[in-house]
Parts: sequence; structure tokens; C-alpha cells
Amino acid sequence: MGTPLLELRGINKSFGPVQVLRNVDFSVHPGEVTALVGDNGAGKSTLVKCIGGIYSTDSGEYLMDGKPVHVHSPRDAAHLGVEIVYQDLALCDNLDIVQNMFLGRERRSGIILDEPSMEELAAKTLAGLSVRTVKSVRQLVSSLSGGQRQTVAIAKAVLWNSKLVILDEPTAALGVAQTAQVLELVRRLADNGLAVVLISHNMNDVFAVSDRIAALYLGQMAAQVKTTDVTHAQVVELITSGRSGSLGLVEEGAVA
Amino acid sequence: MSAVTATSNAPAEQAPVAEEKAGVWSYAKDYGRRLRGGELGSLPAVGGLVVLCLVFAIARPRFFTPINFANLLTQAAPLMMIAMGLVFVLLLGEIDLSAGFASGVCAAVLAKALAEWGMPWYVAILMAIATGIVIGAIIGFLVAKIGIPSFVVTLAGFLVFQGVVLTLLKEGTNISIRDTVILGIQKSTMSEAMGWAFAAIVILGYAAVQLYSLVNRRKRGLVTVPWQIVALRVGGLAALTIYAVDTLNVNRAVALGDLRGVPNVVPVIASILVIWTFVLRRTKFGRHIYAVGGNREAARRAGINVDLIRISAFVICSAMAAVGGIVAASEAASVDPNTGGSTVLLYAVGAAVIGGTSLFGGKGRVIDAVLGALVIAVIINGMGLVDWKAGVKFIITGGVLLLAAGVDALTRRRAAASR
Ligand SMILES: Nc1ncnc2c1ncn2[C@@H]1O[C@H](COP(=O)(O)OP(=O)(O)O)[C@@H](O)[C@H]1O
Ligand SMILES: [Mg+2]
Repeated sequence: MGTPLLELRGINKSFGPVQVLRNVDFSVHPGEVTALVGDNGAGKSTLVKCIGGIYSTDSGEYLMDGKPVHVHSPRDAAHLGVEIVYQDLALCDNLDIVQNMFLGRERRSGIILDEPSMEELAAKTLAGLSVRTVKSVRQLVSSLSGGQRQTVAIAKAVLWNSKLVILDEPTAALGVAQTAQVLELVRRLADNGLAVVLISHNMNDVFAVSDRIAALYLGQMAAQVKTTDVTHAQVVELITSGRSGSLGLVEEGAVA
Repeated sequence: MSAVTATSNAPAEQAPVAEEKAGVWSYAKDYGRRLRGGELGSLPAVGGLVVLCLVFAIARPRFFTPINFANLLTQAAPLMMIAMGLVFVLLLGEIDLSAGFASGVCAAVLAKALAEWGMPWYVAILMAIATGIVIGAIIGFLVAKIGIPSFVVTLAGFLVFQGVVLTLLKEGTNISIRDTVILGIQKSTMSEAMGWAFAAIVILGYAAVQLYSLVNRRKRGLVTVPWQIVALRVGGLAALTIYAVDTLNVNRAVALGDLRGVPNVVPVIASILVIWTFVLRRTKFGRHIYAVGGNREAARRAGINVDLIRISAFVICSAMAAVGGIVAASEAASVDPNTGGSTVLLYAVGAAVIGGTSLFGGKGRVIDAVLGALVIAVIINGMGLVDWKAGVKFIITGGVLLLAAGVDALTRRRAAASR
């Protein structure tokens, strides 16, 4: 096992008096899908926002490729190759797929937008992800289905030399067929060498695509295990009580 | 290159685009699908224009005379200017209710600069536009930075600017415009030869842009609009332009004398239309206007300076209101406390909406303002010829505006439902 692409050590984060993350360790490996699970309010989104530079951490170490780095803004994270696909997708309905994928980072020649080269690259990225469900990259996003939108949001994230793509509940609002499509895409990202973090509530999804599972319980990392080493039941226990047999938090009652 | 894009290879390369073959039939089908999905484009405005022209031409043959055609264009001109600016604000989902009286303030500045401060015409024009820019910057600041809804800020502006005009004009005197250049915008025409040169520039320029895009995209193997459609567009524009210039080059003097040629304001409108269309469709700034109008939060996350975009839109709107004020002053040969008042704002907003710009933001084009203003001008002009009373005119124009806003709301619902 090589060095993880991303490694967090002892991360603490409070909002005022509320400590949301306690001493969290978390590592993500390239070429793998790491599922981040936990009950509502466990701190998953907060952890992701700390990784993405939207929140700063109170203490703890942030290492990329084994080297300590400082991430204070979304821009810092982007420079490190970290892209986040948020729960609410943040696409513009009135723009087409190409325009959305390049939003804020448009290519230009002189002052004129370089539409052909953006269109080419967008088509190429989608093709590289073997996305065949969109008819034309010039379709308005408003005309896309939920799964297609998710696909566009993911393609947008991988367009930018990204090394780590984090998806916050990408299948929460999707039907069965579309969920399968998106999960397939998530798997393909990892197979292409990216490190992927997938936040999900759905155990079937988690076991279908992930290589590792990290379970947060009340802001603490209960366990980070290989998916093949655990059962559904064990993971559910980790989520609901923070421990399962030899796995999980010890003496957690003593702290509270 | 990310790992993903680097591994993309030949067979999958064209997957998302290859399905749609360039062909007139598939283009037509696609167009039909967009129409049903609520993307009506200019269709309602153009259709309305054709129907209205036919109705009025049948009711009053006088409607279809060269002199009335020229009148229509100059009557619509101030409206077009203000409406073109309003498109920017409407694209953000905002409104500027003060644009009418802002144009009045700027026209008053123009008149005073010419008549009282003895400025040459170009300085007076610059001062009027600068006034518009300042007004827009203040409105934009109050909306974007302080966070007052644009409806309220500009409703206050509506009253304030009305007061400013009154004050500038010493409680109601009117100032005549004597400067021949300013008057010439609306009152003078281009020579016949210049008119044809203008037509040639319009047609060849449009053809060049269309062809360049066609060839460039073909060369890169991207999907293109079928060449037949391009030919149809260019041919259609050429036919319209040639017909218009030919009609305007006929002597239209009522009594003695000779009055012919394209009004000077026409190439001014055309240039402004081209510039703003370029800005909206081809520059990063324009793209960001659409993005902010479509989803402000997404724009913010994409790193767009949302406040700056919003302020800029109000600045453009008020600056265009100033241009509208200048043209209105030229048309009336004077500025009075009612310049930019009464129905001006309503008609300008109506023009943009009738043309197809959405009141909900994110959807609209500068050409909408021009087409919509033509529709309104035809209604007003035509009803004048039919001798309808002012009351009836207001009722009908208000009804048309409501109709356009209704179409806007319904197509929006339809687009949301067709997902
Ligand atoms: N900006 C914030 N200010 C205060 N408390 C917050 C903030 N964001 C999240 N929290 C709290 O932190 C806890 C974890 O939230 P979150 O990370 O969204 O959980 P999850 O994504 O796992 O459901 C919750 O109790 C939530 O109320
Ligand atoms: Mg969450």
C-alpha cells in the first residue's frame, strides 16, 4: 500500500461551542473509492468542506502525497487537485453543458470565448468517462434528467487536472437506473486513477462501488476499513453506535 | 491533463456529439423540440409583427407607405435604446423601474450642456452618458452591496429622478435643442449611396460571421448548423435589409421638397445592437451575466464576482437609458419634464419581454429589445392611423404586455415540467 493521496490527522473543528469534528483521521488512496458514511449530523459534509477549503480547521494536519499543505480557500484546494461535487449541484439551468463545465474558467482567444475548443474538451472529457447518455454537449442543462445533471457536475469536476473528487450524496435524488449510471461513473473515475470520496446513506451503493469505508460517528472517525473485510450489518452498527465487535470507538461513553 | 481525460481514446472520442448528424431535417426536428420545450426565441415577436403589419395595412393602406415606415423606425428608436439596456438587468432577474426617468435626467443634462453651458455636441453626449453611468453605479451599489431589492431601489429612483428632471429644468420650462448633430440623429438621413453601403456592410458582415463559424466548426469536426439554414438566414436578412433600404430611399416628402434615405439613427441602433450582442454572446463577461441570472449560487461557487456583474448590469442599463434620452431629445427637438416619463418605462420593459426576454432572469437577447420595440411602435403607430382614442391604445398596449409576460411565465413552467 503506497502513501495515501490525502491524509488528515487529528482534525478538530468547532462551530462556536459545538465541536463537530473530534480528532478525525482520514486517508484516501488514488485509484480507490472511499465511502464516507455516518448518520445525519455526523459531520460528513463538514469534513468535506474542511477538505475543500470552505471551512478552516481548528487543529490537525492536512497532507497531500505525504507532504503537509495548508488549505485556506476553495482556490487552494483546487490548486491541489481537489474538486467537490456538492449535494445541491450548482449548475446553471439556462446554460448548456459546455458552458456549465467551463463556468468561471472559460477558455478565450483574445477577448472572445473559444467555444470550439471548450466544446471539444467537454466532449472529450465526457467520452473519456464513457458517458453516452447526453445527446449533445450543446443541450441546455434544464433539459437534462437528474442523473445526467449529476454526470455533468462530475465531468465538470474531473475537467480540471483533479486528483481527488469528492461527491456529497450524488445519488440521493435519483431513481434506480440513474443511480446505477452514476455509480458506474464513480467507479470509472477510480479505475482511471483518481482518488474518489463518496458520501452516501445507501449501504447497497456503498458496497457496490467502494474499496474502503470510513464511518463517522458523532464527529469521530469510528473506523476506516476495507469494504471486503466487513458486512452490511457491521457498517450499520458502526454508523448507529460507533462500534461493532472489535471495530470502532473504545470507551466512547467515558468522553461523553 | 487529468488521468481521466488522458485516457480517453479514439473509439469513444466523439460519442456525445456524433449522434446528431448535420442535416436540415434533424435541425428542423430539433428546432421543433426546442419550441415545444418552451424555447420560443424570436418567434412570437416576429409572428406578432407580421400579423400586426398585415392587419394595419389592410385597415389603413397608409400604414404601408415609405413615410410611415421611416416614422415607425424613429418612433421606436428611443424605446429600443432603453430596452436594450433593460435586457441586461432583466437577465439577472432584476428590474429597473427608474430607466425612463433616468433617461429624462440624462436628456436634461444634455440639453443644459448644449443650451446653457455652451458645450459642443460630443461633450454634451459624453456628459449625458456619464450621468447614466453614475446613476447605474449608485443603483447597482444599493442593490448588490447593500442588498435592497432592485424593485424598491428603482421605484425610489423613479420618483427621485422625476424630481431631478423638474429641478434641472427649473420647475417645468422646456429647453429646445438646436444643435444640428443631435437633431440629425432622428431628423436627418443618410445619402442613398450610404444607405446601400450600410446594407452591404450588414449583409456581408453577417454572412462572414456565419460562414466563419460554419467553416471553423467543420474543420474541427464539431456539429454545425446545416449550410442550408445558414444560407436561409443570410438570404432572409439580405432580403429584409435590401427591401428596407430600397423603401427608405424613395422620396417620402409630403409636400414639396425631397426627403429620402435611411434615418441616421438606424446605423446607430445597428451598431449598438451588434456591440451588446457580441458582449453577451462572445465574452466572458456576457457568459457570467447569464450565469448569475441562471443560478447566483452556482456562479459564486464558480468564482465569479457576482456583485461586480450585478453592478455592471445596472450601469449598462442606465447608460443605455442615457442614449435613449439623447435620441428622444433629438426626436422632440427639446427636453421637458415629461421626457422619459409617462409610458416610456412601461413600453421599454414591454419591448424586452415581448421580444422574448424573461422577467425571471437568465434568458434573453439584445435583439429581443429591438424586435419588441418594433412591435410596440407598430401598435402605437397603427392605432394612431386607425384613429383610436388614447384610452383604447393604453388598454391594448397593456394587454399585449400582459400577454407577453403570460407567455413568458407559461413557457417557463413548461420548460420546468418537460425535464
Ligand atoms: N455552519 C455551521 N454552523 C454551526 N453548526 C453547523 C454548521 N454546519 C454544520 N453544523 C453542525 O455540525 C453537525 C454536522 O453537520 P454535517 O457536517 O452537515 O453532517 P452530515 O453531513 O454528516 O449530515 C450538525 O450537528 C450540524 O448542525
Ligand atoms: Mg450532509
